[in-house]
Amino acid sequence: MSEQVTASVAGSMDKQLSEKTIENHFYKMTVDNLNFFYSGKQALFDISMNIKENRVTALIGPSGCGKSTFLRALNRMNETIPGTSWDGAIKLDDCDIYQDFTDASSVRTRIGMVFQKSNPFPKSIFDNVAYGLRVNGIKDRALIAEVVEDSLKRAVLWSEVKDKLDHSAFMLSGGQQQRLCIARALAIRPEVILMDEPASALDPISTSKIEDLIRELRKLYTIVIVTHNMQQAARISDYTAFFYEGKLIEFGETKKLFTKPDKKHTEDYITGRFG
Amino acid sequence: MAKHFQNEVEKLKKKILFLAASVEESLQNALKSITDNDLDLAEKVVTADESIDALEVEVEEECLKILALHQPVASDLRYVIAVLKINNDLERIADLAVNIAKRTQSVAGLSEREIPFNLYAMFDIVVSMVRESVAALITSDAELARRVCTDDNAVDRRHKQAYQTIRDKLQTDPNAADNLLSLINVSRNLERIADHATNIAEDVIYMIEGEIARHHGIGD
Repeated sequence: MSEQVTASVAGSMDKQLSEKTIENHFYKMTVDNLNFFYSGKQALFDISMNIKENRVTALIGPSGCGKSTFLRALNRMNETIPGTSWDGAIKLDDCDIYQDFTDASSVRTRIGMVFQKSNPFPKSIFDNVAYGLRVNGIKDRALIAEVVEDSLKRAVLWSEVKDKLDHSAFMLSGGQQQRLCIARALAIRPEVILMDEPASALDPISTSKIEDLIRELRKLYTIVIVTHNMQQAARISDYTAFFYEGKLIEFGETKKLFTKPDKKHTEDYITGRFG
Repeated sequence: MAKHFQNEVEKLKKKILFLAASVEESLQNALKSITDNDLDLAEKVVTADESIDALEVEVEEECLKILALHQPVASDLRYVIAVLKINNDLERIADLAVNIAKRTQSVAGLSEREIPFNLYAMFDIVVSMVRESVAALITSDAELARRVCTDDNAVDRRHKQAYQTIRDKLQTDPNAADNLLSLINVSRNLERIADHATNIAEDVIYMIEGEIARHHGIGD
């Protein structure tokens, strides 16, 4: 495991050095006919979607439409809920995340997640970011320090915390805590980052920092974000998917979806006419 | 929120329609002042321009308010953007109507024989273009808007012919230069009004279909 993560760290560094050209995008994840059930009750219906690499894909829709269920399905987070079942296929590159990975945690090493409420561990700032590496068996202190610094820099938090890395994470503001959680997610070198309303509890300035960060991170990672804030989806995403009652109603380029959606249902939702 | 937004849009709709009606009236009056040799009516066009300018500012402020406070998207966004642009074109049409009205004195006294091109036919086409572009906005009629774009070609052709005729006439009858220059000025203003009506029609097409019709050669 340790070697795997170290190799992944090295790979990611190379990736950073040779940032992909803007137009060179592939499908990082593909979802085919995904159906999802909570205790037999169907929550997602035949969802098929291709998620482009190094792009931000936003999932929008009213509460209970299935967007968070879909997001959690992308890194097998739903497995933690008893009574769930599913069919269909979700692939990361060419690997089926349910068939080709030994367990859910190996999927989550490559597909990280940031939650609505920042959830730092009751540890120091440094230990929060180092946590994932240590859990994965990495003991090389120099490497850990390097990755912690690099992750905090990528999360645009380094300059604010570099002199107090041993302070408790709880001393940080809400916005800083959320960026710390993003740094923690980045430390294990994921390829995809899932975000579940990462800025919904933050003030406009902290929200703006998170949004800027998302735009920066997309150069290196593939990002899928659930948001209730339509303007936020419009601002930060390249592609938007509109979910309603467990179905994918419309999926396409954000600039088109917010100026000229194809489906009336989408139009009614984004213009606030939704019944 | 959606209801509040709809109320704001309704208010904007009333304002732009009121502006459109005022501009159309000014244009009609400018042309009538020439056909009826009515200098008072011409003066009325000039004075009406001030209130049209004020209306234009009101509509623009209303659009900016809606954009800032409601951040509309999709068809709502297209509507507000179209109104913002149409507002500008309507105000320019009123300015050009004033230009025409200012020529009333030198043109209105001329007999039909002294006007070497069919000025009144141009009047008819241009007035109908402005009226139909506004009607297309009111009824969200993209087909009608497309017809307006096509009509612009007829006005361009007539203006070109008028220009050539007057250029020739200036050489054979230099004493009539003042009248002839006024006539070509009226023709040029009509041609520009037709261009603004075309802009309005193109914005209506964008509003309805979400496709920018400009420079795509509708009616070419």
